[in-house]
Amino acid sequence: MLLLSCPFCGPRSETEFTCFGELVPSRPADPNALSDSDWADYVVLRRNLRGVQRERWWHGRGCGSWLVVQRDTVTHQISAPLCSPEDAQ
Amino acid sequence: MSQAARLAHGGAIDRARPLEFLFDTQALSGFAGDTVASALLANEVRLTGRSFKLHRPRGIVGAGYEDAGVMVHRLAPRPATNQLATTLPLESGMRLTSVNAWPSAAFDVGAIAQGFSRLLPAGFYYKTFMLPGWHWFESSIRNRAGLGRVPGDDAWQPVTESRYGHCDVLVAGAGAAGLAAALVAARSGAQVMLVDDGLTFGGRLVNDGMVLNGVAATAWVDAVITELLASANVRILQRSTVWSYLEHNYLAVLERSPRDAPGLDLRNWKIRARQVIIASGAIERPIAFTNNDRPGIMLASAVRTYINRFAVLPGRMAVVFTNTDFGHAAAADLARAGASVTVIDNRSAPDTAMLAATRALGITCHIGSQVRRAHGARRVSAIDVVDAKGLTMRLACDLLATSGGWNPAIHLASHTRQARVSWSPVLHGFVAEPGSGVDSFRLAGAANGHLGAADCLRDGEKAARAALVAIGRSPAAIDLPAMAVEATGIGLALWAVSPRSRHDKIFVDFSGDVTTADLGLAVREGFDSIELVKRYTTAGMGVDQGKTGNTSVIGLIGDLTNAPPAMVGTTTFRPPFVPVEFGAIAGARSGARLTPWRHTPLTPWHIANGAVMVEAGLRWQRPGYYARPGESWMQAATREAHAVRESVGIYDGTPLGKFQLKGPGVPTLLDLLYINDFAALKPGRGKYGVMLTDDGLILDDGVTFRLDETHWLLHSSTGGADRVHQHIEMLLNLHRSDLNVSVIPVTSAWANATICGPMARDLLRALDPDFDVSSESFPFMAMREGTVGQLPVRVFRVSWTGELSFEVNTAPRHALALWEKIMQVGERFGITPVGSETSHILRVEAGYLSTGHEVDGTSDVHDLGLGAMVSKTKTDFIGKRSMELRRRLDPVRPELVGLLPVDPACIVPDGAPITPGGQRADQEGFVSACVASVTCKRSIALGLLRNGRSRMGETVHARVYERIIPMVVVAPVFHDADRSRVKS
Repeated sequence: MLLLSCPFCGPRSETEFTCFGELVPSRPADPNALSDSDWADYVVLRRNLRGVQRERWWHGRGCGSWLVVQRDTVTHQISAPLCSPEDAQ
Repeated sequence: MSQAARLAHGGAIDRARPLEFLFDTQALSGFAGDTVASALLANEVRLTGRSFKLHRPRGIVGAGYEDAGVMVHRLAPRPATNQLATTLPLESGMRLTSVNAWPSAAFDVGAIAQGFSRLLPAGFYYKTFMLPGWHWFESSIRNRAGLGRVPGDDAWQPVTESRYGHCDVLVAGAGAAGLAAALVAARSGAQVMLVDDGLTFGGRLVNDGMVLNGVAATAWVDAVITELLASANVRILQRSTVWSYLEHNYLAVLERSPRDAPGLDLRNWKIRARQVIIASGAIERPIAFTNNDRPGIMLASAVRTYINRFAVLPGRMAVVFTNTDFGHAAAADLARAGASVTVIDNRSAPDTAMLAATRALGITCHIGSQVRRAHGARRVSAIDVVDAKGLTMRLACDLLATSGGWNPAIHLASHTRQARVSWSPVLHGFVAEPGSGVDSFRLAGAANGHLGAADCLRDGEKAARAALVAIGRSPAAIDLPAMAVEATGIGLALWAVSPRSRHDKIFVDFSGDVTTADLGLAVREGFDSIELVKRYTTAGMGVDQGKTGNTSVIGLIGDLTNAPPAMVGTTTFRPPFVPVEFGAIAGARSGARLTPWRHTPLTPWHIANGAVMVEAGLRWQRPGYYARPGESWMQAATREAHAVRESVGIYDGTPLGKFQLKGPGVPTLLDLLYINDFAALKPGRGKYGVMLTDDGLILDDGVTFRLDETHWLLHSSTGGADRVHQHIEMLLNLHRSDLNVSVIPVTSAWANATICGPMARDLLRALDPDFDVSSESFPFMAMREGTVGQLPVRVFRVSWTGELSFEVNTAPRHALALWEKIMQVGERFGITPVGSETSHILRVEAGYLSTGHEVDGTSDVHDLGLGAMVSKTKTDFIGKRSMELRRRLDPVRPELVGLLPVDPACIVPDGAPITPGGQRADQEGFVSACVASVTCKRSIALGLLRNGRSRMGETVHARVYERIIPMVVVAPVFHDADRSRVKS
């Protein structure tokens, strides 16, 4: 059970959040400009890293904010303060 | 029997409170403070059970959780099976039997398995039961497998509770290190939780009969516990085990019979600790030799525990087979308790001063010698000793204590996945330390590799000081008690003594009957990685999870593969550390307490009027149907459906998902969200929309209204509300944060009474609305805000029934008044309340889609006949690119069709597969919904069928449990095909 420090609410239990996996670039402005395989990669391909990765989390059962969590997928160590997706770009 | 092995003095037992109990057929007695195991030993019961696979006689080996070999079935009180005798407190009137033995442990029919042991080597399942096939053997093997038998109807239903806890410092273990650590932390003002699994505190200080400050250790232990109990910032969890140590210092603790809650059997704590001190001690490892599983062969530490803590002498003619100085201490305890003792020391040159002290107690010592074999059938009666010169002698004995060394209990540290585990050349075992940069826990005492009690005390104090500094507290000082120097020498690793014959059985894992021969076989057959050895031989997979045997298995595999143990490595330690009752984890959370039901304000009315409530998605409770006396659900639903088709019905539409969208960005958002165009929608009008995810599949559907220029109301399905909310939020926050939109879920803010049927307008008009309800003024897909029956409402003209329909929304506080008013005025129209069973019939007749039926996560909008809805002008919407890509790559699609079972009375089960000719073959579609239609007066169905739209008139076949149901393919609408009734 992770303990995530929401920048708005403070330390909160994982049960208040939903994880949406690895942080990927925003949706392409024009999907038609991408090749079929680039589009398929955008929709389904994730790296499934062993180690530190940046992830998208939603504090849906809390303040509702979307946050970027930098987490080690093996140890669950969180190595950077949680921030908004804009600040993570 | 009268506790013949009980010592006259000492022990943490209450001789004034004798407890009578029954084991198999023997009436026995013990004292308060005994475990079942100590009471059995006090009564000289040596044979306590039979082994898992070979049904060999087994006895008590350890004195705590490390000996999972002695399990008992408790017939009374509170019938339960597989209870661990070494940790189960003795109670008055207990009736116990041994597990895995029938009719009793002493005379076990299953013992015949020993004769076939050569047929049951490692991996025998995979080798022996190949032909004609595993299934041929499975039932008889399953019958013999397993240990206890689940009790019947009288089974114990423990009263359980699950709760959260928080603390600054959690100390796991109240032995020397744990007590010192807890004392420092408590005096420093930190919030402390001290967890200990013993019946009483002190760990080895008490088990080994230590002397602190010149008196028995119990005096110091009691003083510390008294001080801690008096400290408001300390909570002590007694008879409790930390069974899981998860990420971010989240620990699960099972507390048994909590003292603060009489009547509560088990409490599972979920504790977030800022700092954790793992003072879980070490587990002594045995030395293996031929027949080392005979009852009467025990761990030396357990022998000391039984003598010092329980005042039980486990044998009068004792031999201690040791590779450590601790064996000599055990021999001294035995001699002082009145046993005759011989020490067999594997080491050729143990410490001379210690040896002299042992001999001074009248103990015979053979150094450089080994025990090769135990004799005796149901109890050890003699041993073969091989001395340094290779000469063998036989010694009679009734107890053999072995001391091979210590394995620090690093399990909890391993659970964190943040510990560095390494091989200690001093201990010949694995030790753990926090990984680099990890400052949230530390190990202390024997768990940290310190074997002397004085070192453990100091290490506990040190760990607590470091933990306190880490959380910004200044550590208080404590005075550690004075104690004599303890001999803590350990010899070179001795895992097992070589057998004389290859047929000799040397057990390395008692729980699974794994022998050294099994390990050899595994390596010979190529299963030489430790993870494979474990799975092939089941070593470490039994009920004790390898607590005593694992390090020896690793050492032996190292010997067999010429690899140092550090290279062999360990298998993964996983929670739970000890067996935990599922009920304790659940606590009171079951059924509606786990996930509460959602109710509309009308639930009491529904129930008072005969509704049978069902879940309508996302835990919403809605009437399924309103049963009249003597009606079946089918009769009720049919009656209700007739009312909607012929006069007017009313249903509670409150659970429908609702979202208020506001802001100038809403039109752009909706055009991105939906496959069709919304931006041009006029205020006061609504539109049915379908939304996809970017994989091109349908997420949800519903009607969205534009209330005014910037204020919109989006409806989702009942069950889809949460995922629609999440989807919209993700879109707005991650992909289009430039859009200025606020989203508020308002599902529960509006109650909804939907009136539907040809007389719905007449009824609405009779309710005295303050707006015109004529078709010209209030057309289909329009909304009005105003009053109905003097109550404030929003009315939407939407239909999911194929009839003229008005969704009358009001604030929840007005819901009952509105509903009762409609019922009262509607009486003359024959108004009938209808449930979700009826809604289902009506929507299938009208050919409307349902999420979870036709919209099943694989169909796209074209498949469902909604292709015409897809915007021709938008270059992009969520899911467009993938939908087009999928259709281009895979033009053969399942398509929505209507199906008429040839037998008009046949109701095909939802989900029934359609296969070519109804044969046993790959399916070409499925039946998504089948109902008894009131308009068609026969059964009708919807389904998805490969290329279905081009197969009208064809007969297809559903296959249900070998039954073949022919159905004719028709258009997927059975009522109001031109939507004239809906739009009337």
